[in-house]
Amino acid sequence: MGFVIFQGVRGLSHYYPDYLAVILIGVLAGTAARIILLRIDYRQYPGYPHGYLTHTALGLIASALGAVAVPALLKPDFVAVTFLTLAAQQFREIRNMERQTLESLEKTELVKRGLDYIEGIARTFEARNYLVMGTSLITALAAQFGGVPAAVFAAFLMLYASYYFMSGEIIGDICDVVPARLSFDGSILKIDEIGLINIGLKSMRDKILQDGLAVMIKPKNSNARATIHDIGQRTAIAFTAAVFLGTKKDVDLPEFTPLARKNPDTGEVGLYIVPVHKDIEKLIAAVKLTPVLESARSKPLNAGPSIKSVEDKVM
Amino acid sequence: MFNAPTGTILAVITLNMEEVSGGAPIFFAGDEEKQEKMARYLSKMLDATVHDLENGTLVIVRH
Repeated sequence: MGFVIFQGVRGLSHYYPDYLAVILIGVLAGTAARIILLRIDYRQYPGYPHGYLTHTALGLIASALGAVAVPALLKPDFVAVTFLTLAAQQFREIRNMERQTLESLEKTELVKRGLDYIEGIARTFEARNYLVMGTSLITALAAQFGGVPAAVFAAFLMLYASYYFMSGEIIGDICDVVPARLSFDGSILKIDEIGLINIGLKSMRDKILQDGLAVMIKPKNSNARATIHDIGQRTAIAFTAAVFLGTKKDVDLPEFTPLARKNPDTGEVGLYIVPVHKDIEKLIAAVKLTPVLESARSKPLNAGPSIKSVEDKVM
Repeated sequence: MFNAPTGTILAVITLNMEEVSGGAPIFFAGDEEKQEKMARYLSKMLDATVHDLENGTLVIVRH
């Protein structure tokens, strides 16, 4: 192994084009990773075509940084590696950019995305660039020491890892989603036994019963219960449902706002929406596809042992 | 309209003046049909939701 590394280093130190090949292979793998990840991003965050270009370009820069690190280390030019810290600064900027864009759009959004969702998206966009940098770094290392076949293998491994590990949990993983019935108890709109909102106008009640849809989101365990207890998570679910099915809500029709309310006793969450396309299967799919927000994810079940140790100390 | 305060009662439409008093504009409606119509118009003007107190009084609230 040592011999191979030595050979590689000595061979390349006389030969600039080889560095170029290493860098190019790294950049290629990194950019491919960014494009694949963009496809996941945009399923969760639809509809901004210019964003594609911006993020692909930034992904290219990120992967160039990752790939250049290898020749810089081998030359050896350790000072050059410090520019990676600059990169971190740049990527935090991406997070701010995403957050600002979405926050300013939020003001005129009829169905709110919610601050938690925005923060989650912004954080994802930042993290994806580190992932891209890692992909190009590993691929460039493989190209340097193992040649093209190793680089191809490393690239596919990293692409698969990025795709598999970073696509994140969705609501469908932690909850069952079943159709539910809308009804009125006097003027209170209910989903099964959950009271949602007081609707004053009789004409509006008839319209809601005729056009509205409802599902019940049943958590599979206490971790899931804690996650959908989070208001930001519920806002994200309502937003996703409204994106997939459309909503009849307008500025002067606040009654049609999609709502997700909790049954305080069981922790189940009922979602109500007046969609443009009345399709319960599609609604269930939309709810299941909603990403679990990092800020909402919580695992009280796993806290058992640590709580017990604290209890032992205190009691 | 996006900056208007939320959670406030903007108007009250009642069939029974005995039940209401106070700060918000109060509208007296002769019968339920008129009440419903007034509430609908007011909710459109104010971009707000109509809620029913079920004592013959509707209130208009912006959320």
